[in-house]
Amino acid sequence: MQKVAVIGVGNSKFGNRNDVNVQELAFEAVKQSIEDAGVSPTDIEFVAFGSAGAGAWYEESLPAVTISEYCGLTGAGLVRCEAACATGSAAFFTAYSAIASGYAEITAAIGVEKMRQIDTPTAMEFIGRSGYYTWEFHNFGLTFPAYYALHATAHMAKYGTTEEDLALVAVKNHKYASMNPVAHFQNKITVDDALSSMVIAWPLKLYDCCPITDGAASVILASEEKVKELKIDTPIWVAGIGYSSGTANLSKRLDYVGLEAAVQASRMAYKMAKITPDQVDFANVHDCFTIAEIMAYEDLGFCKKGEGAKLIREGQTEIGGKIPVNVDGGLKAKGHPIGATGCSMIYELTKQLREEAVEKSRQVPLKNYIGLAHNVGGTGHYCYVTILRR
Amino acid sequence: MSAMPTIRSREMRVAHDIPISKTLPFWEGLKQGKILATKCKKCGKLHFPPVADCSCLSSDMEWIELSNEATIETFTHVVVRPATFQHEKPYTVAIGRLKEGVRVLAWLTNFKPSEIKVGMKAKLVAKQTPQGQLTYEFTRPE
Repeated sequence: MQKVAVIGVGNSKFGNRNDVNVQELAFEAVKQSIEDAGVSPTDIEFVAFGSAGAGAWYEESLPAVTISEYCGLTGAGLVRCEAACATGSAAFFTAYSAIASGYAEITAAIGVEKMRQIDTPTAMEFIGRSGYYTWEFHNFGLTFPAYYALHATAHMAKYGTTEEDLALVAVKNHKYASMNPVAHFQNKITVDDALSSMVIAWPLKLYDCCPITDGAASVILASEEKVKELKIDTPIWVAGIGYSSGTANLSKRLDYVGLEAAVQASRMAYKMAKITPDQVDFANVHDCFTIAEIMAYEDLGFCKKGEGAKLIREGQTEIGGKIPVNVDGGLKAKGHPIGATGCSMIYELTKQLREEAVEKSRQVPLKNYIGLAHNVGGTGHYCYVTILRR
Repeated sequence: MSAMPTIRSREMRVAHDIPISKTLPFWEGLKQGKILATKCKKCGKLHFPPVADCSCLSSDMEWIELSNEATIETFTHVVVRPATFQHEKPYTVAIGRLKEGVRVLAWLTNFKPSEIKVGMKAKLVAKQTPQGQLTYEFTRPE
C-alpha cells in the first residue's frame, strides 16, 4: 500500500446557511482545501463525495455531479458515499483507498449537508427513519434523540451516569465552539441551562442534542510521491483507519451501554497505526448527543468501561487534561451537517496537528503528534475511526 | 421558513408499498393476538423481527409463537415527535428481552413515567389500532 497524506483542508461556516444552495456551500470548503493544498481542480483524479440526505432534506438527488461541475472537478472519477452520520469518513476512506491502492495520486473527499431547507418535524422524520424503518419507525416513531436516549437510560442504570454528567459534555463543547468561528453555536452555556432545557427524548434534553446544521468540509489527499513533488511543508499522514458496523435493529444489539462497532473500528485503527489509546494526543469523537461522547471515551479505550462520566467530571477531556476531546465544539456545538462531519473532523485534526488552530487559545498540546477521529453512523450502525499523524 | 430569498421546489407526496408476502403469518398473527418469530431449521437461530431468510443463508424457516413476558432493558419518553407522529401524545419506546432470548423494540403503555424502571417486567401484546394498523406493544402485566 502507498502512504497517503492529507495535504489540504477546507471547512465552510457551519450553521443556518440559507444564504447558499448546496453547490455554493460545498464550493466554500472545496476552494479552501484546493488552495490550501496548492493544487488546481484539474489535478484531482478521483472525488469521493459524501452526503446522506440528498433529495430528502435538500433538492438535489445527485449532488456529487452538481457539486463536481460547480467546483471544476468534472472529469475526475466520482462516487457518492453514504454511511449515515459517518458518511464523511466513508468518503475519506474511499479517497484514501484510491491512493493507497495505487490507482490515483491526488484525490478529494468532500462532505456536504444542507439540512435546513425543510421544516424541523420533517427533518426529524427523515433522520428518525434512518434506522430500520419497518421495525423501529413505522409503528414506533423512534427519533434520533430517542435512539441515543435508549443508550443514556441504560448507561445511567448500569453505571450511575447522571443527567448532570451529560450536561457537562454540553457545557465543555459549547465552550470550545464559542472559540471556533466556523461553529454553529457561539454561546457558552451552564449546567443549569442544560438541565432546565426542554425534554426532547428523556433523559435527553435540548442541550444534549446536536443542532440541525448546514455545512461542508473538504479534504485533499496525496501519495508520498506527490507530497515530495509538490513540496508540501507539513503533510499529515494517515496512520490508521478502522471500520466496522452494527445491526440495523437496535433490538439485535447485546447491550445499550456502548457501541460495539466503535470498539472494533478503533481496535483496527490502533493496530494499523501501531499505537495504543494512551498515545493519542487529542480526539474528535462523535458527540451527536452528549451520551455518545461519554460512550466514545469508553469505546475508544480512553478510560475503562463505565468510567466515561468520571473523565468528564474530572475535566480530563478539556485542553490541559489527559486527552482533549472535541475542542472545536464537536457535533454538539460546532454542528452536525451529517455528510460533512467526517471531513470536518479531518479538517480539525489536520489544523491541530499542523499547530495552526485558527484560535491559539484552543490549540491542543502535542506530544506524539497523533490525533484521532471517531465518526459513528446511525446509532453504531456504521463506524469509522481515523488516526492522523504528523 | 427562511428570511433569505429562496425559490420553492415542486411538492411531491411519497408513500411506499412495502411487500409482506414472505412474513404474512406475522401480520396475520397480530390480528389474532399472537406475536410470531421465525426460527431457522438449519442453524436454529430465532429471529425477531421475523425474517424469511437466515443470516446462515438458509431460507428453511418455521414460525414460532413468542411468550409475552418481557424484561425491560431500556426505554425513552419521546416528547419531540417527527412529522407523521405529530398527532400522537408523547410516547414511551422500550426494548424488552423475552425469555426466548430475543429482544423487541415497541411502545410501552399503561405505566406512569415514574413507574418505569430498567429491569421491570412488562407484557408484550399484539394490537390493531382504531385506524387498522397492525402493531404490538409492551403493557402492564396482569
